Amino acid sequence: MMLPCPHCGDRDVSEFRYGGDASKERPAHGTGDLQTWNDYVFLFENPKGPHTEYWQHVLGCRRWFKLARNTATNEIGGVVS
Amino acid sequence: MTTFRRLPKGGRIDRAKPVSARFDGKSLGGFAGDTLASALLANDKVLVGRSFKYHRPRGIVAAGIEEPNGLFTLGEGATTEPNVAATMVDLVEGLVAKTQNAWPSADFDLMAVNSILSPLFQSGFYYKTLMGPSKGSWMFYEPFIRKAAGLGKATDLPDPDRYDMRFAFCDVLVIGSGPAGLAAALTAGRSGARVVLAEQDSDFGGSLLSGNDAEHEAWRIACVEELKGLSNVEAFTRTTVQGLYDGNLAVLVENRSHLRPDAKKGEARMLLTQLRAKAIVMATGAIERPLVFSNNDRPGVMLASALRTYANRYAVAPDKRAVIAANNDTAYQVALDLADAGVPVTVADHRAAVSADILSRAGAKGIAIFPGSGIFDVEGSKGVKRVKLGGTHAVTIECDVVGMAGGWSPVVHLSSHGGIKPKYDEAVAGFVPGGFAPSHFGAGAMMGTFGLSAAVAEGANAGASAASSAGFGKTRPIYAPEHATDRTYAILPTWTPAYSAKGKAFVDFQSDVTIKDVKTAHQEGYRSVEHLKRYTTLGMGTDQGKTSNINALALMAEYRGITIPEAGTTTFRPPYAPLTMGAIAGRTVGAHFRPVRLSPLNDWHAKNGGIFIDAGLWKRAWYYAWAGNSPETAYVKEMELVRRGVGLADVSTLGKIDIQGPDAAEFLNRVYVNGFAKLPVGKVRYGVMLNDDGIVLDDGTTARITENQFYMTTTTAQAGEVMSWLEYLLQMHWPELNVQVASLTDEWAGMAVSGPKAREALQLAFPEADLSDAALPYMGCKDIRFDGVTVRLLRMSFSGELAYEVHVAADYAISLWEHILKAAASTGIKPYGLEALASLRIEKGHVAGLELDHRNTLDDLGLGKMAGKEKDYVGKALRFREDCQRPERWSLVGLELMEPDKKLRGGSILFAATDEIKGHGRGYITSVTWSTELNKFIALGLFDGGLKHEGEEIIAAFPLKNEQARLKIVSPHFIDKEGARLHA
Repeated sequence: MMLPCPHCGDRDVSEFRYGGDASKERPAHGTGDLQTWNDYVFLFENPKGPHTEYWQHVLGCRRWFKLARNTATNEIGGVVS
Repeated sequence: MTTFRRLPKGGRIDRAKPVSARFDGKSLGGFAGDTLASALLANDKVLVGRSFKYHRPRGIVAAGIEEPNGLFTLGEGATTEPNVAATMVDLVEGLVAKTQNAWPSADFDLMAVNSILSPLFQSGFYYKTLMGPSKGSWMFYEPFIRKAAGLGKATDLPDPDRYDMRFAFCDVLVIGSGPAGLAAALTAGRSGARVVLAEQDSDFGGSLLSGNDAEHEAWRIACVEELKGLSNVEAFTRTTVQGLYDGNLAVLVENRSHLRPDAKKGEARMLLTQLRAKAIVMATGAIERPLVFSNNDRPGVMLASALRTYANRYAVAPDKRAVIAANNDTAYQVALDLADAGVPVTVADHRAAVSADILSRAGAKGIAIFPGSGIFDVEGSKGVKRVKLGGTHAVTIECDVVGMAGGWSPVVHLSSHGGIKPKYDEAVAGFVPGGFAPSHFGAGAMMGTFGLSAAVAEGANAGASAASSAGFGKTRPIYAPEHATDRTYAILPTWTPAYSAKGKAFVDFQSDVTIKDVKTAHQEGYRSVEHLKRYTTLGMGTDQGKTSNINALALMAEYRGITIPEAGTTTFRPPYAPLTMGAIAGRTVGAHFRPVRLSPLNDWHAKNGGIFIDAGLWKRAWYYAWAGNSPETAYVKEMELVRRGVGLADVSTLGKIDIQGPDAAEFLNRVYVNGFAKLPVGKVRYGVMLNDDGIVLDDGTTARITENQFYMTTTTAQAGEVMSWLEYLLQMHWPELNVQVASLTDEWAGMAVSGPKAREALQLAFPEADLSDAALPYMGCKDIRFDGVTVRLLRMSFSGELAYEVHVAADYAISLWEHILKAAASTGIKPYGLEALASLRIEKGHVAGLELDHRNTLDDLGLGKMAGKEKDYVGKALRFREDCQRPERWSLVGLELMEPDKKLRGGSILFAATDEIKGHGRGYITSVTWSTELNKFIALGLFDGGLKHEGEEIIAAFPLKNEQARLKIVSPHFIDKEGARLHA
C-alpha cells in the first residue's frame, strides 16, 4: 500500500505509523468533562469501509496528516484537511 | 522393461552439452535444457518416490510447477533444500538430488506397510484415533506418524547461500510469457512504457515451448528477440510472481539456484523483488486436471499435456503405447504430437461423439479412438502394464503410459489475492477471474481463452489497455502467427468416475486424498470446501492443490446436490508456489536481523574494556573490565565507586529533544502534569507526561536554556514515542502554538558525572567554569564554552548522589569523555555501565522503563502530588476516572529481602503472606539489585494497594525455578530520603 504524504508524495506504508481514528474532534485543551474525554478516547466506530485516520510519515519528513482510506479495500481517498 | 526413452532427435535440449548429476548417490545423465524430471524420465526412472500417507509407488505426473509427486531433496549438508519439484529444477552439472519419504529406497519401501493399514489413514484419522479417549495418545503416536508420513527433512545447519531483496518500479508488469503474455509485453513495450515480463519457466514461451510447430516457434523467437531489443523492457525467466498486494505491489522471486555450482562468492541464490507497477497484465495460463479413476496414481499415469511437453520439449516419449483418457478436445493435440514422435496412441474419450475433423486427423496418424469410454482400472504395481476400459468399448489395452486430459483450470490465483473471488464458467468447466482492479488485466488461458490466435489477440489488447492505463497512448499490436488455428475445447466434465473399479482413486496425489475420503468428509458433515480441505488435508500440500482443488470441490458439489458455484472455492493466498525462507529473509539475518544503534561513545567503550548488552536496538556498555569479569560482581564495584568517589557513565541513549518557539513554555505546560510555564532560565525540572487516557506515558527532564528554548530528555525506551506524540499534538491539534521540536537523540551525546566527588572532577575538567553550588545549584543548568565547543551542564541526578549530566554534540563525545577522565584522574574517576546505573536508581527509588509499564497512573507510581491542581494538562480528566481511583491498584513499593541466603529475581510474582501461591498474585517485582548501602537484595515492585501495606511481610514466588522468598514492603526510597546528597 502506498500512502500520499502531503510533503513527500506517495511512499510505501512501511515508512508510516498509524495514529488512530481521525473521524472525531479532539476535545479542546482544558476540557474537564470526564464523559467527553471518555467518549473521545475509548469509543470507536471501527468501520468496514470508508474511514478517516491519522498517519505520520515517521521514517520520512515526520509530517502528521489525516487520510481517507477504505478499510475493506485499502483504497486511498487522499489527504483530508 | 522400458517405459520412457529419449528420442533420437528433436527437443529443446542441447545434445552437444551432456550434463551429469547425482541422484540417490548414482550418476544421472542428461543434457543442458533438461529438468531433473525430464532427465529422470529419459533414464526411465518412472518410480521416483512414495506417497505421503500410504507409501504407494509414485512417478512424475506433470511437467510444470503443479507437480504433486516428484518432490526431492536437493543439495547436501548446509545447502539441503527439501520438497523441491523436479519439474522446476534445471539439470546442471553437480546437482545432487535424493528421494524422500521412502526407506530404504523408493523401489523397495518398508513403509509401504501403511498401504495395507490404509483404513487407518482415511480422512479424519488423526482426529478420530489420536484425540480419542486417552489424552496422551497423540503425544505418544505423533513422532512415529511424523516420521512415516513426512516430506523431506530440512537441514538445521546455517544456510551458506546469500539471498537478496530489491525494490523496483515499472509501468506495466506482465506475468507469464505464453502467447498472451508475449503479445501483452510486446504491445505494451512498443508504446514506450517500462515493461517487466516475469516468467517462472527457464525460457519464454509458455505453452509454445511444448509444441512442435515450426511456424509457432518462429513467432515465439521473433517476439522474444524484439522484447530483448527494447531498452524499456526487462524480461526475467525463473521468476515467479508469488503475490499481488495493495497498491499494485508484486512480489517476484527469481531463482538462480541453477547457477549455484558456478556462483561467485556473494552472488545471491534467490532475488526477491518488491515491484510496484502502474498496471498489471496477468497471463498466467492454465493447469491441466487429472481424471479420477481406480489406481490413477500408478507411476506412468500422467497429465496428458505433460506427455506432450516431455516429447516435444525434452525429446522423452513413452516406449510402447500411450493411452489417453479424455473429456475434451485438447487431448488430441497430445495424441497427434505423440504419434508424430512415433508413439502408438489410443484415446478413450468420455464423450459419446468426437468431431469429424478430429477423427480424420487422428485417423490419418493411426490413432485409435474409443468414444463413450473411460478407464475402468490401471494394472501394474510399480508401473503401468495395461489399462481396462469401461463404457462403450470395454477393452483391455497393453500400454506403459496413461495420459489424463481432464480439462483445464485457469491459474486465477494472483487475480484473487486482492480479495476478488473467482467465478465458475460453465463453458470452461473451471473458475475464471471474478473481476479485476482498475489497473489489472487478464489474457489468455487464465481467462478461459484457450486458442492461440484468441490468446494473442486478448494479450495484445490487454497490453495496450495496461499501457494506456499507465499513461502510454500509442502502440502497435502484435498479431498471431498466420496459420494459428484455435483448437476447440468442447469439454464434457466428468467429476465422479463413470466406470471406475474399486481400487484407490486419487483426487489429491500429494496429500494422498482419495474419492472415498471426500465422500467420508461429506457423510460426516464436513461439507463446506474450507472444512473439506482441513478435514481431509486436501490441497494442503506444497502444491496447494493446483491439480486437485477443482475435482474435489466439484465432487463435493455433486454429493451435496448443489452446483459448483454454490460450493465455491477455497481462498487463494500468497505465495503462489513454495519458496525457501531465505528468499523472504533476504539479508535480514544474523547481525542484520534488525538495525543496531550505537552511542557516539561506542568505540571508546569497545577499546576500553566495556562489555556490551543489548537494550532495545542499542548496544550499551553493561560494565567495564576494570570492575571485574562477571556482571554480578562488577556492577557492585561500580556502584561503590559512585557512592564513595565519582564515576562517569554514557547516557547518550536518552531521548533528547530541542524545543523552541514563543509558545514553547505553554506547550510544555500542557504536556507535562507539573508546571513548566514559570520554569526560570537556567533551571531543569523533572516532569511526567500522561496519555489522553490518564496513564503515564514517560518521565524525563526539561531544561530552560533561554526564554524560548528548552532541552528535553526522555527515557531511552520512549524516545521515539514521545517525539511522535509532541509532533502529533503540535501538527494536528494545537496549530495555534508557535513551537518547533527537533530530535537531537543521535546528534548529541550525554554523560553522567556522579558521586560525592563529582564537582571536584568536573572542576578539574572545566577549570574556568564556576561550578559552585551558588552558580550551578541542584537542578540548575548552564551552557559553557570549552575548547571552542558548547558543552551543556545539567545538575541533576539519577543515582541519588551529587551528579551532573554533561551534553555535547556527538562528534565531540569521545574527546570530551577522554578529557574528563584524564583531567579528573586524581579523583579516581572511572567509567560505570548500565547495570550500575540501573541499580543506583533502584536504591534511590527512581522509576524507569521497567516500572512504567503503560498501565500505571501517577498515583500508582507515588507521583500524584506532582500534578498541578489548577493547571490543565494532557490526561487530566481521565486520570480521575473510576478505574484509576481504585484503592487496590498495583502501586509502587520498595521491597527488602528477609532471607539473606536467598536470591531475588525480577519478574517474581508477589503474594500476601496468607495467600495460596497460585495464579497471577497481587503484583510483581519490576527491578532487583544488590544494595551496597544496605548490604542486602532490594527491589522495586508493583503491589496491590502499594504502600498502604508498608512494613508488612509478603512472598515473592518464581515458579519457573520453584523459588519463594519472604520480603518486607518498605518505602521505595532506600537511601538519602532527605536528599542531602543531591544538594551537597
